[in-house]
Amino acid sequence: MGRTVTGVDSSDEGPPGDPHGWLPPDEPVSLLDPDGSYHEDPEHPLDLDDEQLRELYRLMVVTRKVDREAINLQRQGQLGVYASCLGQEAAQVASAYALGADDWIFPSYRELGAALVRQVDAAGLLHLYRGTWLSDHDPYAHNFALMSIPIGTQALHATGFAMGAKLDGASIVTLTYYGDGGTSEGDPHEAMTFAGVNDAPVVFFVQNNQYAISVPLDRQTAAPTLAHKAIGYGMPGLRCDGNDVLGTYAVTRRAVERARRGEGPAFIEAMTYRMEAHTTSDDPTRYRTKEEREEAAKTDPIARMKNFLTARDLYDDELEREIDEQAQELATYVRDGIYDADHGDPMELFEHVYVEPEGHFEDQAAQLRAELDSAGEGS
Amino acid sequence: MSTMTMIEAIRATLHAEMRRDDRVTVLGQDVGQLGGVFRATADLRDEFGSSRVVDMPLAEAVIAGSALGLAASGMVPVAEIQFLGFTHQGFHQIASQVARYRYRSRGRYPLQLTIRTPFGGGVRTPELHSDALEAQFVQSPGLKVVMPATAYDAKGLLAEAIRDPDPVLFCEPLRGYRMVKGEVPDEDYTVGFGRARTARQGSDVTIVAWSAAVQMALGAADELARQGIDATVLDLRTLVPLDVEGLAEAVAATGRCVVVHEAPLSAGFGAEVVATLQDECFYDLEAPVARVTAPDTPYPLAGIEDQYLPSVQRVVDATIRTVNQV
Repeated sequence: MGRTVTGVDSSDEGPPGDPHGWLPPDEPVSLLDPDGSYHEDPEHPLDLDDEQLRELYRLMVVTRKVDREAINLQRQGQLGVYASCLGQEAAQVASAYALGADDWIFPSYRELGAALVRQVDAAGLLHLYRGTWLSDHDPYAHNFALMSIPIGTQALHATGFAMGAKLDGASIVTLTYYGDGGTSEGDPHEAMTFAGVNDAPVVFFVQNNQYAISVPLDRQTAAPTLAHKAIGYGMPGLRCDGNDVLGTYAVTRRAVERARRGEGPAFIEAMTYRMEAHTTSDDPTRYRTKEEREEAAKTDPIARMKNFLTARDLYDDELEREIDEQAQELATYVRDGIYDADHGDPMELFEHVYVEPEGHFEDQAAQLRAELDSAGEGS
Repeated sequence: MSTMTMIEAIRATLHAEMRRDDRVTVLGQDVGQLGGVFRATADLRDEFGSSRVVDMPLAEAVIAGSALGLAASGMVPVAEIQFLGFTHQGFHQIASQVARYRYRSRGRYPLQLTIRTPFGGGVRTPELHSDALEAQFVQSPGLKVVMPATAYDAKGLLAEAIRDPDPVLFCEPLRGYRMVKGEVPDEDYTVGFGRARTARQGSDVTIVAWSAAVQMALGAADELARQGIDATVLDLRTLVPLDVEGLAEAVAATGRCVVVHEAPLSAGFGAEVVATLQDECFYDLEAPVARVTAPDTPYPLAGIEDQYLPSVQRVVDATIRTVNQV
């Protein structure tokens, strides 16, 4: 690959050695206006057929329904806490949909939409929030890593995994999610540094939902945009309207294919808005106004896609009924799967810590076993 | 059989393991062109190329975190953190991610991963290059903590660490790198974890140590012998897993014990040793178990590190007191 002394890959867009080609556009890429009207962008052609367009819509609706169900379950005491992705459905669904089947996703804890694209069992995902199990799904069956609680830590795992796959000769791309707050953490910084140096096939996908719990973006960074940071790591900083499922898809697709061609990582800032509280434990009325939320609601990702499909004659009552039924079905499945779910065998505490435990470990397991047995006898 | 220093044994083992298993990848600061600041990885890049011997950016978290990602992808990373004192810059990845990852995945992620890192005092390093932080990692369930003291063990334990399916923190004694020499078989062998080694057999008292402190304990045992006290020196080799049985047997045999480590006293691994002994062989003890450690202060600069570190003399004195307890 052509490299210049500036370290900038000369085979990429922009004049050779000119890092300005990697600066984000003045406005985020947007193909769908909030009212659903579509505009062509020659740089971001739409390579989706009608079925795929409907599929994107379906995934967003189902995500919202399951998300709502999770909030309800928390209110009923079935989950300890839940982090909603309301309003971020387009950012998640479109970016995950832009990946190939063999590509990997390294999520944070808010990525229900991306998980549903990967057909991860939605009831299983909620065990983390219910407090039953740390994880349920097999990451290797879905190419979907565990949800990560400490902010930004997964960016490093995505980068190492991409490096490993590259060493193995696999042409896969990894995509990692974090938020605007995550860009202040050290781990994404270190991950982007390393990925840039090694042309690692990683897409750093930031959902800028404007808040890190209560702290707004302008307390998180003094950069013109988050995407401007990318150039410091030697990768393009891309920006899209994260509530526009088509624009987000097109921008992510471009970054993914570029990475797959061996041209290195990219950073995407998807502009969105966290319509719900940070988690069910949070009270957003303490830091943002009702008016602000109402204004954000006007940019809803699902409403605009529905308008788009309707205008293209891709939407009718039958489709609506079908999708609603499917969403309800999954929501019911999730409720049934998690409601009063048992913790199972407490002895699993000692499983999976070490492959072959030694030392004090066996004694501690035996002690718990004895306690459980004795409690069982007493009952 | 060859006579090797510890660093030579480590280097030879890395070469052998990379030849044996092409999934083994070495990553860390300065491990490539330079061959590591202590030359532990010298010539690896020439033989295996820069994609398997990766010079990392100067950031500890990326070394630990991407090693995790590499392991999850099916590779067998052997990462180097230049000094144990710098692991705090990546502690959240080692303790909160590497150690827990298989557990979080309920056994689905492979985490065959080794982090090598030198530590320990007496070599006049700048600040934070010598600190003995091993106990902090013992408190990170999921991680194994390995502390070789000899060249033979450096090879056998490192080969075992690289082949072990669990993540291993492999702490190498800076002081021993070139000072500790020994016979090392040329053929392949491993030393299993959780098996303490009797470095010296005695009958009056058992001195328990690991890593560079083993040499100090042996020095003390020589001096004690001149004074008519016959000491066993037990090298724990690995703190996780701990050889509970071997430890209890070695101490029960003499009824008296002194634990030596370079880390500060409070909540050091010595406290774990003492607690284990009173659990396992309380009625065999003829005296309270003594500890010879660094004081509960930050590691000082070179000018006064000899006063900070445990010394042969302090071990001798503590052992005599222990032996003289009625």
